[in-house]
Amino acid sequence: MAKKEYMFYPGCSAERLASASNYEVSVQAMCDVLDIQLNEIPDWNCCGASIGYAGGGELPRLALNARNLAIAEQEHPEQDIVATCAACWLGARETKDRLEEDSTLMRETNEALAEAGLKYEAKQRVRHMVEVLIEDIGYEELGSHVKKPLSGMKIAGYVGCQTNRPFGIEGESFENPKYLDKMIETVGAEPVEKYDKKVQCCGGALAFSEPEKSQAMIKDIIEAAYDGGADMIVTPCPVCQLNVEVYQGQINKKYRTKFEMPVVYYSQLMGVAYGKSAKQVGLDGQVIRARKLEELADKK
Amino acid sequence: MSDLNTAMVEKYRNSFLKEVEANVEEGEWVKMCMQCGVCSGSCPLGPYWEHPPQEIFMMIRAGERDEVLKSTSMWMCTSCYNCIVRCPRELPITHIMHGLAHYAERLGIAPRQNPTRKFALMFWDNLSKTGRVNEPVLGVGLYFMNGIKEGIRTALRMAPVGLGMLRTKRFNPFAFLFHRGCKGKKDIHKIIRKARELELAKAAKFGG
Repeated sequence: MAKKEYMFYPGCSAERLASASNYEVSVQAMCDVLDIQLNEIPDWNCCGASIGYAGGGELPRLALNARNLAIAEQEHPEQDIVATCAACWLGARETKDRLEEDSTLMRETNEALAEAGLKYEAKQRVRHMVEVLIEDIGYEELGSHVKKPLSGMKIAGYVGCQTNRPFGIEGESFENPKYLDKMIETVGAEPVEKYDKKVQCCGGALAFSEPEKSQAMIKDIIEAAYDGGADMIVTPCPVCQLNVEVYQGQINKKYRTKFEMPVVYYSQLMGVAYGKSAKQVGLDGQVIRARKLEELADKK
Repeated sequence: MSDLNTAMVEKYRNSFLKEVEANVEEGEWVKMCMQCGVCSGSCPLGPYWEHPPQEIFMMIRAGERDEVLKSTSMWMCTSCYNCIVRCPRELPITHIMHGLAHYAERLGIAPRQNPTRKFALMFWDNLSKTGRVNEPVLGVGLYFMNGIKEGIRTALRMAPVGLGMLRTKRFNPFAFLFHRGCKGKKDIHKIIRKARELELAKAAKFGG
């Protein structure tokens, strides 16, 4: 099968030594097996994420995103843009949609971009990595590369917010999306059935500014995974991963719980199932070690 | 209170709805709200809003300008987009809330001590400086945003989280001294400056 190529928008959290650097490592390992080539958008910038609005306003935020899109368009107009971070995807795709719909905003954005000698024409699609996996590769092929099925592991598929709303994945519902569960099955593990917190908000950026309110929600997300008998939680979003993983110590103190629930990325599950080592899929980047996955990855 | 705020009060004396339509992102949708309350019931932080979204829409139409713009309500939005996908009239509620918060900030009447407001402004300054987020600087800035004393307490409380991130190589201590960001940071500054200029010019025109 021919190599698939995309313009790649990794985002700030995927940089070396940043909070989702382990996600980036595992995505590269996964794409290596699936023969996907990711061509990084040269000199990409931040999307403004969920809370950029306060200082940014509408047009500066659109223009910031349009810079990435314009550079990608210049580089490889025939390739789709793919993002791995939920916020990056949302910011980039929303920009494309809004500029396409509103010719005034498009004109003004291009006026701002002209300051840097750029021009945007909205030629490319903006997609999430999960869409690429499901739509361009397909569950069947995703399963065909499995060398080490994750048998005996029960996993809670935590989709979260921004990979799911407002755009979501074609054919999936906002309230009960099934694709993550299907991906869990594809790698030979068992999804937690009726995981009722699968689209619950983790607080997003407000986990930093309103920690108590957010940690109350995070507690419910983890508790529901335990109730379903999960060995670990899997998510497609860097902020979900961070928030649900790193505050477990504080939650344990406050609520007298004994949480020690690993939270991994879908790309790490796939990487391990495809025969990559624990290090190759960034499992050394988990604050709460995913021991069952590590053991399987290290098995010859 | 800013001169801009005084000018806007004068200009839209009898219609806060018109002011919102002309100056707030997606503000022209506000009149379409049919007061069903699904947004308020769907919001993960709903109970913490002084006035949940449905109420905000009604208050805008009732001309409760100060009550709306000075409220901490919009700053409770986590950007989860539940309200957007559930609204029967398909109002872009999340964007309207962001737009109201930004407009209040521009007018200089947003609640100064609100932690999300402070953090969000810090975030924008952080990312627009080099074009990419410098996570360690942002994190430490957050701890100290309410002064040194509280900052030290917060930093101590958060130390185990930070050490976990450091140990797993998801925290870059050198970023305090050196963070490259984008090569085209000057271009980014120019783009943002122009975009802001265009946006303000448009507000002035509609406002006239």
